[in-house]
Amino acid sequence: MTTRDREVTEAAVGPESPTGQGKTAEPEVLGLGSLLGRGFGGLPVLVLLVLGLSLATDTFLTGTNLDNLGRQVSIYAIIAIGQLLVILTAGIDLSVGSVVGLSGVIAAKAVFDTAGSGSVLLAVLLALLAGAAIGLVNGVLVAILKMPPFIVTLGTLGMARGLTLLYTDGRTIQPLPRSFTSIAGGEFLGIANLIWLTVLIALLVGFGLRRTVWGRYVYAVGSNPESARLTGVPVRSVLLSVYALAGTLAALGGILLASRLGNGVPTAGTGYELQAIAACVIGGASLFGARGSALGALVGALIVGLLNNGGTLLGIDPFWLQVAIGALILVAVGVDQLQGRRRVRRGA
Amino acid sequence: MSATPLLELRGIDKSFGPVQVLRDVDFSVNPGEVTALVGDNGAGKSTLVKCVAGIYSADGGEVLFDGRPVHIHNPRDAAALGIEVVYQDLALCDNLDIVQNMFLGREKRSGLVLDEPTMEQMAAETLAGLSVRTVKSLRQHVSSLSGGQRQTVAIAKAVLWNSRIVILDEPTAALGVAQTAQVLELVRRLADNGLAVVLISHNMNDVFAVSDQIAMLYLGQMVAQLRTSDVTHAQVVELITAGRSGGLGLTGETGNGNGNGNGKQDSPPTETTSAGADR
Repeated sequence: MTTRDREVTEAAVGPESPTGQGKTAEPEVLGLGSLLGRGFGGLPVLVLLVLGLSLATDTFLTGTNLDNLGRQVSIYAIIAIGQLLVILTAGIDLSVGSVVGLSGVIAAKAVFDTAGSGSVLLAVLLALLAGAAIGLVNGVLVAILKMPPFIVTLGTLGMARGLTLLYTDGRTIQPLPRSFTSIAGGEFLGIANLIWLTVLIALLVGFGLRRTVWGRYVYAVGSNPESARLTGVPVRSVLLSVYALAGTLAALGGILLASRLGNGVPTAGTGYELQAIAACVIGGASLFGARGSALGALVGALIVGLLNNGGTLLGIDPFWLQVAIGALILVAVGVDQLQGRRRVRRGA
Repeated sequence: MSATPLLELRGIDKSFGPVQVLRDVDFSVNPGEVTALVGDNGAGKSTLVKCVAGIYSADGGEVLFDGRPVHIHNPRDAAALGIEVVYQDLALCDNLDIVQNMFLGREKRSGLVLDEPTMEQMAAETLAGLSVRTVKSLRQHVSSLSGGQRQTVAIAKAVLWNSRIVILDEPTAALGVAQTAQVLELVRRLADNGLAVVLISHNMNDVFAVSDQIAMLYLGQMVAQLRTSDVTHAQVVELITAGRSGGLGLTGETGNGNGNGNGKQDSPPTETTSAGADR
């Protein structure tokens, strides 16, 4: 090992200086290689699925189907992007599904009680605040009291769901006024609002993660919190921000779901946390932290959505679809492990 | 030696609950010199360094920087003074690349956005300035580097900031022979460039190879700080394992005893509290 290192040293003491090498290195940030290498491995799978479904069915590539698919996937994708932020810090947020339910009924009840005469915006803000608050509770328990994220968010999962049922007496809130249902139902330039919103959020979070100091810190905290702390990274604030954002995005998902369904169901969002985690993992995120991207989470959510949609179009037994999606998670994690091992071997 | 030391600690005390880890420690570091800080496990080397780095705050004593008293409350204070610490295993984030690691916590920005080109260029210049040529790409993840390369990046990170004092915590502990030589050469070069370097090490060969001064800690007390040329290998080992060697080191009568036996009856009243706190 030592002799090899010396060889490398001597070989590199050539005409080109490290400065020169640094500059010839391809201009970072959005090269195709780095996209594939950094948590974007789901893209080829996505392309294959789209191609396959386009060829196998006449119904896939129709406007109505794509619109429907986009609306379905959007809500999952928004929640998954929030989940991704937490996963990047090597944490996990199990409470997002319950937050979807809680925020949905808060928004629904607010517009229902005022019978559409009150401000929809106010109802939405109230629901977002509730999500952010639960996220902050998670963040405080994880970042300041140093409790394990799995347990913390398992606790808030139960609490948020219980509060949702208490708040509604277990009853569905309906009907909801048009002013509220048009949030998810409306469209802009022929494309559903939901899809615009999802793309906007993916781009914003992607930008934040890739190009801002905050994003750099999120990855640093996930990579090695102790060394990040020693370097002066405000680890606690980063964790707080990440959990608060995950809660807020989950709340947004809940509002959109309620708006799309036209009612506030107290059990809405049950199991969404697992869907979100699956989307992140399929999109290339590592549960050990610091690997994954917002676009990856979006792609992961799209893959799961495509499998469900394609399965329905092809008339595949939905029970088998569950098996397939489960297997896909295992494949994604397996590929991730293999890549990791190869990286280590190359570096050794 | 007549010039003011760049960093001078006077009478530093530090306790964790009932355990007093540092007791009245004096320590000074001169620019352009490598000062080795040696001591057995648990002697308080790491604690002393963390007090300087702002990770812990000392319970008592003063810190002089350039002759002026300063207060270091957190790592940013230390960094503002130009004090950089390279921790043994904790220096780098594996999943970030070399540039990202070198600028972690102090990223360059243009507006809201990270200024990657500037950071990449500064990193390249710093590595070139240290005559580091072993790194293939500045954008490779740190996890793919060898131990020596990682240590090199960690040191380069520390000198990137026009730092004036670089503290290295066991930089060669996990390295092979050739890599150790490389890192020690780099350590010497830092001092020759005018930096004050503090080298924490267990390895006497390393210490004698590069240091100008040796400071020895024994059970939380500074035994002696001497020119490397004035002591022998054997004396240093004796000082860090027994606290004294011939006329050097702690003397029982001064009452600086560590509370196990001799210090009790003849120590001045101020010492009784610390002796009591020891048990």
